[in-house]
Amino acid sequence: MDFETHLTQRLGDCSPRMDQTTFTPIPATPSESLVDIQDLTVNYKAGIRVLTALNKVSLKIRPREILALVGESGCGKSTLGLSIINLLPSPPAKVEEGRIVFQGEDLVHMSGNEMATLRGTRISMIFQDPMSSLDPVFTVGQQITEAIEIREGRTHLVRDSYGPFPRNYQVGDPTARTRLNRILFGVSSRRSRMRKYSDEAVDALTKVGIADPRRVLAKYPHELSGGIAQRVMIAQALVEKPSILIADEPTSALDVTTQAQVLNLMKELRNEIGTSLLFITHDLAVAAQIADKVAVMYAAEISEVADVNEIFTEPLHPYTEGLITSFPNKYRDQGKLEAIGGDVPDLRSLPSGCRFHPRCRYAFDRCAKERPHLVEPSRGRQVACFLRYSK
Amino acid sequence: MSTQVVAATNITKYYPLRTGFLDRMTRKEELRVHAVDGVSLEIGANETLGLVGESGSGKTTLGRVLLMLERPTAGTVTFYGEDITRLAGENLRQLRKKMQVVFQNPNSSLDPRMRAKDLISEPLKAFSEVGKETIEESVLRALEAVSLSNDCLTRFPHEFSGGQKQRIAIARALVLNPQFVVLDEPTSALDASVQAQILNLLRGIQENRRLSYLFITHNVNVVKYMADRIAVMYSGELIEIGETKEVLERSLHPYSLSLISSIPQPDPRRRLQIVPPKGETPSSVNPPSGCRFNPRCPYAETICKTSRPSLREIKPGHWSACHFAEKFVDPIVTNS
Repeated sequence: MDFETHLTQRLGDCSPRMDQTTFTPIPATPSESLVDIQDLTVNYKAGIRVLTALNKVSLKIRPREILALVGESGCGKSTLGLSIINLLPSPPAKVEEGRIVFQGEDLVHMSGNEMATLRGTRISMIFQDPMSSLDPVFTVGQQITEAIEIREGRTHLVRDSYGPFPRNYQVGDPTARTRLNRILFGVSSRRSRMRKYSDEAVDALTKVGIADPRRVLAKYPHELSGGIAQRVMIAQALVEKPSILIADEPTSALDVTTQAQVLNLMKELRNEIGTSLLFITHDLAVAAQIADKVAVMYAAEISEVADVNEIFTEPLHPYTEGLITSFPNKYRDQGKLEAIGGDVPDLRSLPSGCRFHPRCRYAFDRCAKERPHLVEPSRGRQVACFLRYSK
Repeated sequence: MSTQVVAATNITKYYPLRTGFLDRMTRKEELRVHAVDGVSLEIGANETLGLVGESGSGKTTLGRVLLMLERPTAGTVTFYGEDITRLAGENLRQLRKKMQVVFQNPNSSLDPRMRAKDLISEPLKAFSEVGKETIEESVLRALEAVSLSNDCLTRFPHEFSGGQKQRIAIARALVLNPQFVVLDEPTSALDASVQAQILNLLRGIQENRRLSYLFITHNVNVVKYMADRIAVMYSGELIEIGETKEVLERSLHPYSLSLISSIPQPDPRRRLQIVPPKGETPSSVNPPSGCRFNPRCPYAETICKTSRPSLREIKPGHWSACHFAEKFVDPIVTNS
């Protein structure tokens, strides 16, 4: 910032006549992406074998958008989610090339410490099985307050002693350091902080539809049902107020009625705190229910990206079309489903050319030889299929 | 529905809960998990009965009781009119030939150290059904029925994909030519594009062999495609049973209504509108008094807390266990 603008700003700050909005930063344009994944390639090394779990994947997630990433098991959708939050098991996983630009920063080349400050503050993740993502030896309350502490920048609490977290906030006198801090910098005592935080945790649990939040706070994860545990996970994400929430199959372990509740909740979450959501699922119907935009993955590649309304009414990729026609939504006497033939390919032995061509009913010569790239047949739509090339 | 293949009357299955010594001394009543509570149903020849419900509602236990893999605490099961509840030893073993089961996860239901041909021929050998030559023939016939090629025979389970493994599990169930097959979530572990193949396969097999299926699933969309009739379970009780279309479109029970309205459809223009039921499935150790759905039911009244509704035939062939089932007779289109 040069001196002149600096001066005007200072003057502006002092002057009561000036409109307050004059110096607010220019808001991001809605088309700007929050997460911009460019040519991301991730390999898993197993001995001498190398599996490419993501092959030059490019994807954009815009602010406040719910993007559903749909694909079958082993297509790389979870790998994509994990690479955004930089939690790939490495080794064996390794990002070979590509960038993930998040709010102007490249997440791929970020150091572990920098990334740790982003996790739980600006990027959060919810996993499929809530029971295995909650720590069994801490109460729900301890885990939610931990999330709040991290959001408040008290990372040293975790970093100093990896894993264990103070068990009982009410017990014990403040340490010498806290007392000194309080005298020197006026930092609030841990006890009052904890009281404030647990109030916030109660609020969060109420918001996710838990009827008796104070009782749930004192419970250990094994005392919760699957639905409640997943709601606790969402509450944790809620207190973190992240810019993007990655949800990896968050409803797959739940019953349909609970799933409907959780889906409603996640939509409300987006509307309330403006979080972008990357919703990873294998269920097309769930994607139709929650998403603004849908990206379909097949064998480590993106095959189609489109607006949720377009992709279901007019799928461009034969794989997407097959997924839709093979979805059981007709009665027994209404004829048979049009299933996709063959099996999901093994990443160890992939077909040449277009990876879908052995199962594709429209396949022609070119499909077996060349690999189709994503093209943009119309604004906001992307498809990787030769059928859509020569128009 | 000309002949009954399997009929269950008042099936009840309780599992005793392991408690401590002091607990046993102080408590008057033994704690039991009410897995299945007073369920009656029948399955006709060449019919598919879809059994839906949430996890823990007792669907799988009921399936196992019908197969006599578990003995019911009370109630009787008949197979072609013969009471099989008291069968034991060799008689029971012979019955197994006629009733088979396909489980959810082929990875755990197939022995990883057996080749496909051994897996498929194992039931034949167990019953020493036929000579060596015909074993080969039967295996090939079963393999053909599930559309697998002959070169699969010498391979091990880990060499197959999930869909192929499930085909082998189906072939294994079919090889003895059973009359009744329990399909316990046979496609839940499969990918979407493979699920449709297996569903079509199962329907084709039924048309060729005139089998009866009990199709257990939590996925109402799958049952819609597979079943002639649907039975809905909640907390161990059968709460509604009727023709598939009847139950899905003109449900007569508030729980089924909310279950059906919670099913996501692959159509963004039809997003879920109806509010799903509040709260959680009740404890099966200490279920609520009266109607088990009453704490979550939007229509609950005093009678629902005090008296347990019995399954009544509200319309021909359409039974519901709700005190106010008549209230729902006016068509409410929930899912077309």
